[in-house]
Amino acid sequence: MTVDPRHHILSVLVENKAGVLTRVAALFSRRGFNIVSLAVSPTEDERFSRMTIVVDAEASPLEQIVKQLNKLIPVIKISEIAHEEGVERELMLVTVKATAEARSQVTELTAIFEARIVDVGYEAMTIMVAGEADKLDAFTDLVRPFGIVEQQRTGRIAMPKLARQPLKLRAVRTARA
Amino acid sequence: MKLTGAQALIKSLEMEQVEVMFGLPGGAILPVYDPLIDSSIRHILVRHEQGAGHMASGYAHATGRPGVAMVTSGPAATNIVTPLCDAYMDSVPMVVVTGQVPYAVIGTDAFQECDTVGITMPITKHNWLITDAQDIPQIVREAFHVATTGRPGPVLVDIPKDIANQTMDWYWPERIDLPGYKPTTKGHPKQIKDAARLIGESRRPVIYAGGGILKARAAEALRTFAELIGAPVVTTLMARGAFPDSHELCLGMPGMHGNYTAVTSMQRADLLIALGSRFDDRVTGKVSAFAPDAKIIHVDIDPAEQGKVRRPDVPIVGDCRQVIDELIKATRAEHTKHGRPDLSAWIAQIREWQRDYPLHYDQEEGGPLKPQFVIERLREACPDDTIVASGVGQHQMWASQYWRFEHPYTWINSGGLGTMGYAVPASIGAKVGRPDRMVWAVDGDGCFQMTAQELVTATAERIPVKIAILNNAYLGMVRQWQELFYEERYSEVYLSPDLPDYVKWAEAMGCVGMRVEDADDVVPTIDKANEIDDRPVVIDFRTDYREKVYPMVAAGTSNDDVILDPAMDRKGGR
Repeated sequence: MTVDPRHHILSVLVENKAGVLTRVAALFSRRGFNIVSLAVSPTEDERFSRMTIVVDAEASPLEQIVKQLNKLIPVIKISEIAHEEGVERELMLVTVKATAEARSQVTELTAIFEARIVDVGYEAMTIMVAGEADKLDAFTDLVRPFGIVEQQRTGRIAMPKLARQPLKLRAVRTARA
Repeated sequence: MKLTGAQALIKSLEMEQVEVMFGLPGGAILPVYDPLIDSSIRHILVRHEQGAGHMASGYAHATGRPGVAMVTSGPAATNIVTPLCDAYMDSVPMVVVTGQVPYAVIGTDAFQECDTVGITMPITKHNWLITDAQDIPQIVREAFHVATTGRPGPVLVDIPKDIANQTMDWYWPERIDLPGYKPTTKGHPKQIKDAARLIGESRRPVIYAGGGILKARAAEALRTFAELIGAPVVTTLMARGAFPDSHELCLGMPGMHGNYTAVTSMQRADLLIALGSRFDDRVTGKVSAFAPDAKIIHVDIDPAEQGKVRRPDVPIVGDCRQVIDELIKATRAEHTKHGRPDLSAWIAQIREWQRDYPLHYDQEEGGPLKPQFVIERLREACPDDTIVASGVGQHQMWASQYWRFEHPYTWINSGGLGTMGYAVPASIGAKVGRPDRMVWAVDGDGCFQMTAQELVTATAERIPVKIAILNNAYLGMVRQWQELFYEERYSEVYLSPDLPDYVKWAEAMGCVGMRVEDADDVVPTIDKANEIDDRPVVIDFRTDYREKVYPMVAAGTSNDDVILDPAMDRKGGR
């Protein structure tokens, strides 16, 4: 999951009500839009949730995706966080085969990536890696020769960069095309 | 004041000035039907829930007010799915209330349980499952607000039986709290200015008027605007009546079965002014070949319509009436500065097309009855504010082509979804909303068989609608496609002219039933029908099954390739 130019990050503020995730997910499927990843979490205000949706905007134009999303009543605000204007992070848990002889090599890689070992078994270790998508990809590639037992990623979340000038959230044109 | 959820629901509907609702009770909605007895709201008991939905839709079309339907859970809810989808496609304001199994047993596959909110999510503008009786007034108020503002559409409120029985403290909400719903109604001034400039530069403009004109109550504004700029107007299937057919600038219906001039003027235009229309595939034909030289001004209240099919040069998000009023001002200013463009060459070209390629059919003396002939005679025999409803298929296209619509809100049909069986219940809903008007349904024999049982409702409730069945014994439009595109291999399209016996069926439902087989009998029978005002009338017109709808642009082809009635060519290349 490297940074793909077709991928766009939409930060979607929604009402924190039952069924909102279904409405958003169903909209993507029925309009033929592709979701690369989706992360949902409560915000600092309990009335709202934040969805961070990475969309593939090659198949359908981003503009149509945003406009259709905006038609959903519980969707309050949509911002696109451009790659260069945001801080993106993703979390990965990966269980790698690590018998006694391989263990030190895996541990070394973990240290290099500033990752953490969160669980150790006789023949495997579970490692937590946080960072940008590229870093997670690179780590996956490097531990693959040892054998990956299982891997999970959270999907990206993103915040606008705190620039020296005022916030530069690129609000996607919606109300007026 | 303490009320039950059911009482609160009915009271909320009264607060929303609901005068009539269409429905059918059942298990889960029982508590709500009880306070209805004491309510001022008139309830019309339908025979099938689909009928309730289409009646609500017909009512909304005819009156401009939201149509309301109420049915129970499970199969009743699924029966009203088709009308919801129909109303969603045609942006019809409707509020549907469904009963639901008790909240406590939701998810247990209880008797008559179905996930109504889940099923109707993609075909409603929004929907709600009530989980607390205290929320009822708030949700009902939001439901009506969402249904009737912005781009109108159907909404659904699902109320579990135990919530209807709960007690709540009555209140009526002062304000609506929908932070994610703020439709833009006022056009952007810069865009309006740009549009006026394009209009000033255009020498071959066409106004492409859609259903949004009617939704925005903008017919008057459209007329002023069209006359100001002198541009011809095409009225889409959803906009018939939005601009009078008798007006010299009116070109009639464009699209797949539009007349030659309406279709071709759009193809040759240098500017299309799309007002509340959505570039539907039935209008554009092959999109890449549609109006190739035209710049586009697109006015629509739904931002998602801008650029969905065709990228506009000037998109204007806003309410059609408000935007047209602004366009009128801006164009006047433009005229003052640069003069009014001379469109005489363009109008002359249009007159030539109109002369050379009129709509055409032949009613031969003693020959089989032509459906177009029936519609023309019907039109002449009825007041010009008669409301006409139709189903879907050949009869719908002929009705749209051959009726002369002089007033807005006189044409009611299923455009986007193409719902066969729409005419009978929709005409009933329209007559309920406009009892002062004559209401005719022009229906096909295939369509009629889908929803005819609602004529029982019409008789019982004394709603004197009139139904003209153009009975060609076929699923005519399908037959036409099989004839033209499947080498006359007719697959499952024959219905029989006399099974059922439509006259007896009509009589069994308490209507007056009549039959017409000869052209000579058409007018006297229509006159007889028009004199009856105490019950519904059904006329079974036995029409020529070979008659096809022309002109036609075959699906997926360019609008440059209009297929005319072959009989016109035989007559010496008109």
